[in-house]
Amino acid sequence: MLTVTHFTVLSAILFSLGALAVLIRRNPLIMFMGIELMLNAVNLAFVAFSRFMENMDGQVFVFIVLTVAAAEVAVGLALVVAIFRARDNVDMDEIDLLKG
Amino acid sequence: MLLTLPEINLYPLLPALIPAVTAMLVMLADVLLPGKNKSWLALLALVGLAAASYFTVMLFGANLSAFNASIVADNFALGIALVILGAGAATILLSLDYLRARQLDLGEYLALLLGAVSGMILMALANDLIVIFLGLELFSLPLYVLSAFWRTNDRSLEAGMKYFLLGSFSSAFFLYGIALLYGATDATNLTKISAAASEPTVASNPMFLMGAALLIVGFGFKVGLAPFQWWIPDVYEGAPTPITAFMSVATKAAAFAAFFRAFMVAFPSAVVDWQFVLALLAVVSMTVGNVAALTQTNLKRMLAYSSIANAGYILIALVVGGQAGLSAALFYLAAYTVMNLGAFGGLVAMGQGDQERLTLDELAGAAQTKPWAAAAMAISLLSLAGFPPFAGFVAKFFVFGAAVNAGYVWLAVIGVLNSLVSVYYYLHPIVKMYMNPPAEGWAQAPARAPIFLAVAVIVAVLLTIAMGLFPGGMLNFAQAAMVK
Repeated sequence: MLTVTHFTVLSAILFSLGALAVLIRRNPLIMFMGIELMLNAVNLAFVAFSRFMENMDGQVFVFIVLTVAAAEVAVGLALVVAIFRARDNVDMDEIDLLKG
Repeated sequence: MLLTLPEINLYPLLPALIPAVTAMLVMLADVLLPGKNKSWLALLALVGLAAASYFTVMLFGANLSAFNASIVADNFALGIALVILGAGAATILLSLDYLRARQLDLGEYLALLLGAVSGMILMALANDLIVIFLGLELFSLPLYVLSAFWRTNDRSLEAGMKYFLLGSFSSAFFLYGIALLYGATDATNLTKISAAASEPTVASNPMFLMGAALLIVGFGFKVGLAPFQWWIPDVYEGAPTPITAFMSVATKAAAFAAFFRAFMVAFPSAVVDWQFVLALLAVVSMTVGNVAALTQTNLKRMLAYSSIANAGYILIALVVGGQAGLSAALFYLAAYTVMNLGAFGGLVAMGQGDQERLTLDELAGAAQTKPWAAAAMAISLLSLAGFPPFAGFVAKFFVFGAAVNAGYVWLAVIGVLNSLVSVYYYLHPIVKMYMNPPAEGWAQAPARAPIFLAVAVIVAVLLTIAMGLFPGGMLNFAQAAMVK
């Protein structure tokens, strides 16, 4: 029998994997994917809580989060394209003009 | 399952709605109407901001709420909204010549800026965690683009990219905190969370505590508290200077408004548990910001570290809490807005063509070639350092006074010591500008007097002085009650 705890733990694991991807990988595209994984882990948590508490709000929040995630990707990819045009390289470790 | 439609009342939402509609109008007018000189788009944007300010003032005292109490237009939110609208208008004036010198497109810039203003005001009005999140994203996304708006400049692109990656990373933490609180309390409305949290079983639920902690991380990132401050110096240095000015004041106001509301409405009992954590964050932010600012030679970077320190001072007001903390914070945010806009405005006025004078060496002797810009910067920096009779002194006095009255003497002492440290790096550029021989390569007179820029800077400086000399009127305004 699946309980809400299973879903909570699964979403926590997915969220942590996404966060690790952002922290470890240096390619911005992979980092976006990590952020997407974090947001989808949150969606899983929302849906699970909504189902087990019989409160529809959580289902609606998922749509809001999906919309925000899509807008974020649009902005992020545009930034990657702009940087690639300017310097033919998008590795985050080599983008280091600003420091100190 | 029966769904009841909430009553739709757009009136309390007008302060956020009008800038959003104006953004769309500006975008349409930019495309549809002919002509090469698009400066009049700025007039359209300013009219929109003025209309929003009018309705904001009209809403004062009414304490209306809408959308099942997920929007609350109380005096605190409206005061923050006025600060944001003023910062938006000043940023437009600061930007006109800056954009023209770099041949950047005005229409898109204004639309993005108005979108950010709308999101910030939505965040200040929000009484529901999901609406706070929407407001946060609605202002963050335009700001990512605006940071990278100078597309041919590698530093601007880098700032946009870094802001985007770290910003969406922190938003995900914030959202996860909302999900956990929703799971623990079955609500996202702050008032309902407060009701649910009065049960000890809920308040001690690890999911609830984790959710509240993640909210602190999310807010801490947006207002720039140490240890969530890594992005601030890079983004503030790389972004176009008017956008840096806007981010440093308006983002702080919006995010602190939601921070205060979340912790004073939703966790009134939890504030007691979190008070020590928040006090610790305030101490770390003040110290990290002030100590790191000491060694900076680039003014934009120095003001970035100063903004981290100022976030720490404002957080003291949240630790104090109650009516005293709230009005001290509102006064501090308003004062910080005018003096920081004055400092950044002076910095923009120092530049020539698409060249900026940002480092201490470049600013040497600037008082001889640009006396008015130097005077504006000197007054704003003195105010930031907390010298009377400027706004910064009164603001710090209220925050530290509130801390002492509430029994947080140690916190006030650390704050005062930090202000003393900060005097060094605020005075350093003034000494350079007034007492050193002029740096070479900077022409004697500007090619054209930037009139809009001058208006914004003069208003900011006059307000800095007025709020310092006559804090009474402003303080009455800041005694704004928050509706719980």
